[in-house]
Amino acid sequence: METKYTFKDFQTDQEVRWCPGCDDYVVLRAVQKALPEMGRKKEDFAFISGIGCSSRFPYYVETYGMHTIHGRATAIATGVKLANPNLSVWVATGDGDAMAIGGNHFIHLLRRNINIKIILFNNEIYGLTKGQFSPTSLIGQKTKSSPYGNTQPPFNPGELAIGSSARFFARIGGNVPKEQTDLFIEADKFKGTALIEVLQNCVIFNDGCFTHYTDKEVKDDKQIYLEHGKPMIFGKERNKGLVLKGLKLEVVTVGENGVTEADILIHDAKESDPTLHLMLARLHYPLATGIIRSVEEPTFEEREETLYNKVKETSKYKTVDDLFFAGEIYEVK
Amino acid sequence: MITENNQAKQTRENAVLENVVIRFVGDSGDGMQLTGTQFSDTSAMFGNDVATFPNYPSEIRAPQGSLYGVSGFQVHIGSVNITSPGDSVDVLVAMNPAALKTNIDALKAGQMCIVDTDEFNKKNFEKAHYDTNPLEDGSLENYKLIQVSMTSLTREALSGMGLDNKAVTRSKNMFALGMVYFIFNRSMDHTIEFFEKKFKSKPELVEANIKVLKAGYYYAETMEIISTTYQIAPAKMRPGTYRIINGNTATAWGLLAAANNSGLELFLGSYPITPATDILHELTKHINFGIKTFQAEDEIAGITSSIGAAFAGSLAITTTSGPGLALKGEAIGLAMMMELPLVIIDVQRGGPSTGLPTKTEQSDLMQALYGRNGESPVIVIAASTPENSFDYAYEACKLALEHMTPVILLTDGYIANGSAPWKIKKTSELPSITPRIAKAGTTYNPYDRDEKTLARVLAIPGTPGMEHRIGGLEKDKKTGNISYAPENHEYMVNIRAEKVKRVQDYIPAIRSEFQEEGDLLVVGWGGTYGSLSAAVSQINNEGYKVGHMHLNHINPLPKNVAETMKKFKKIVVCELNKGQMANVLRMNFPEFQYLQYSKVQGLPFTTFELTERFKQLI
Repeated sequence: METKYTFKDFQTDQEVRWCPGCDDYVVLRAVQKALPEMGRKKEDFAFISGIGCSSRFPYYVETYGMHTIHGRATAIATGVKLANPNLSVWVATGDGDAMAIGGNHFIHLLRRNINIKIILFNNEIYGLTKGQFSPTSLIGQKTKSSPYGNTQPPFNPGELAIGSSARFFARIGGNVPKEQTDLFIEADKFKGTALIEVLQNCVIFNDGCFTHYTDKEVKDDKQIYLEHGKPMIFGKERNKGLVLKGLKLEVVTVGENGVTEADILIHDAKESDPTLHLMLARLHYPLATGIIRSVEEPTFEEREETLYNKVKETSKYKTVDDLFFAGEIYEVK
Repeated sequence: MITENNQAKQTRENAVLENVVIRFVGDSGDGMQLTGTQFSDTSAMFGNDVATFPNYPSEIRAPQGSLYGVSGFQVHIGSVNITSPGDSVDVLVAMNPAALKTNIDALKAGQMCIVDTDEFNKKNFEKAHYDTNPLEDGSLENYKLIQVSMTSLTREALSGMGLDNKAVTRSKNMFALGMVYFIFNRSMDHTIEFFEKKFKSKPELVEANIKVLKAGYYYAETMEIISTTYQIAPAKMRPGTYRIINGNTATAWGLLAAANNSGLELFLGSYPITPATDILHELTKHINFGIKTFQAEDEIAGITSSIGAAFAGSLAITTTSGPGLALKGEAIGLAMMMELPLVIIDVQRGGPSTGLPTKTEQSDLMQALYGRNGESPVIVIAASTPENSFDYAYEACKLALEHMTPVILLTDGYIANGSAPWKIKKTSELPSITPRIAKAGTTYNPYDRDEKTLARVLAIPGTPGMEHRIGGLEKDKKTGNISYAPENHEYMVNIRAEKVKRVQDYIPAIRSEFQEEGDLLVVGWGGTYGSLSAAVSQINNEGYKVGHMHLNHINPLPKNVAETMKKFKKIVVCELNKGQMANVLRMNFPEFQYLQYSKVQGLPFTTFELTERFKQLI
């Protein structure tokens, strides 16, 4: 690459139109800071979105982009990537866009393992339509379409993703730009579909929905930031840890009841068996953040490429005309 | 037509016919499609003009012997120009009572009906709801009934080969084919070669099928009741290299040719749906040409993945049938709004809802024209024969790429599964295709337009200096940025419509066939060409002055439609729906009065019903 980009190279001339104080600003900046670190040319990115607040994202990133229709970003991105595998394709989507109206495309993208990066802005609410419950809203949550409390149990995006064969799943708070940038860079390095769930606060319709996890005061005690190969330790004092007891994860305190650091589980994001990753994704205390799962397998486009080369080698037809004139043809004189 | 020969019973006569319609019917597992295809291919290679019409149930293997499990294949061959598979039948081959019952009405009086008597038993009579044995109760006395115990004769022919019962009964269709080959003086060579190739690794099956085929042929030769055999001379066709092709394959190949000539990689996003799936099957076979086919998770992903591919610079296609087109509506609107080239192929079937999946209809016209929110015009064209599906698939791609707009190509189950001789085209004989793709190093505004066509230019991701965003929101006419300005919106709505309208300058003028003026103009569109043409031809031979105007370009319509219609006293619009094209014409040319002839039975028009109707109208 000739020039080293800075985040400014990825800013557009468009006025950003999110509500003041929205976490979307944080994510936008974190992405703009991550992109120059990926060693790619500016024109080799494509940002695809559907409908929703976060789906305005492509307008604000100075590269190629499409702001499409509700729920279809993952399917459209699939076409972009399959048509040109050299592009770095990113999807900006929300909980409603990805898991309600676009649920089918979302799970199938994860299943196929196409090298596309999905940033899932989860705010547990419909923002752009002004405050209805979403597929991640909690039971009992009062919204405009559930004034007496939501009666639909929520999806846990990580659980849904791993259940859909996701090879890469990470979760991160909406208010930690530095960690977000690092995660986006890691996601880019990963070969395959990568899903990053951002716990994004909606200041207008669901303010504070993640505060009990993401507030600076409680963050270290309530979240466990997972790193591959490192023990699952958390807490302000760095003395809490996770152990496996039977079929459940349990929080223990190092130094109590004879627990030593050696008893604490070591995070293996690269383990192909998803059992433990699923348990981590489902955990409420502490909430698992960081890269929970990262298992590389051949991507869909690689499998297609291999197949193409094999078929091409053995094909009888060099040109389309060969095909037209092959087989049962006859002459009329 | 076959005429009864009363004279020579001893010495067999050899009569010459201009054309003949043969229908093979049996259980959906009886191999009637294969039998019919073999007969039509053999006849085409002999030099006849050919049209075929497979008619099969949507049940894959319906209960044996049932009425709804009957599968048929009709073939019309001739030494004259053949445009339709024909309505009434000259030879009916019925493999069981259910097949006889559901098809006997199509057989012309006095003509030949060949049945497998082994299947005419009590159990099958019950399944076919026959109270008495139709072979004995006199109900078939108006036909020339040829009774053959095909199953036993097949078993006999294969005795000692050690084949199981299933393999034996499976090859009895070849016995029937052998008989028909004899009756029509056809060589068995093509079918023999076919089996040698098909079962290369299973020589016992090659041997079995050939044995049964020959057994049928020689058995017919010994039958006194077959007093006449028939000759159908080669047809006068334009010299060249031909092959028999069905509409779906022709469509797929038209797309391949367009990818080749546009220099773009073809991308097909599709979801299986009858009767369109064969296009996906066909294209997937040919990934060696660098094309990409993607079987998506649903209809919506089929089209939206194609939209993604179009944005990335592919020749983007999606294929579907009526219900799928409904699901794709919103995405077509998006492609239209972003002004991306995209070809949507709708192989129409009987609707509404799930309707009649394996039957034909033309009832998606309004959906294709208007089935979207907002002011959303797209180009709509229709193929009208199996073989010209190639040309219209090619043209759909050319128009999409050169005018930067979605194009809906309508075909239907009838021409998609029907086949006809195709004079093979070399890719070099086809018109050029020039995709509108921006070259690096120029200034780029996504919504700058060509003065003539009003088409914008595509800058493909990966091109330096042309990074830009497009989307489904209304955009400013100059910058392409989001704009909600009232006048701008109206301007953009108008210019997108005008862009499609200007395609009129790039499509051929229409003409009325048979007569340029007269008492009646028969107007049709799409897959009814063959039936209408046959009927109009016949009625002109009877001395009437009737023209045939057949539309392939529907939005926009050719410029001279009104001019063409003006020269006739009456206009009748014939279509396999309740009058959708008639309404389109009413809207566009309200100065004319339109008579209608509609049919919605899942079946094509017959020449008989058309000519009768035309006579009433004149």
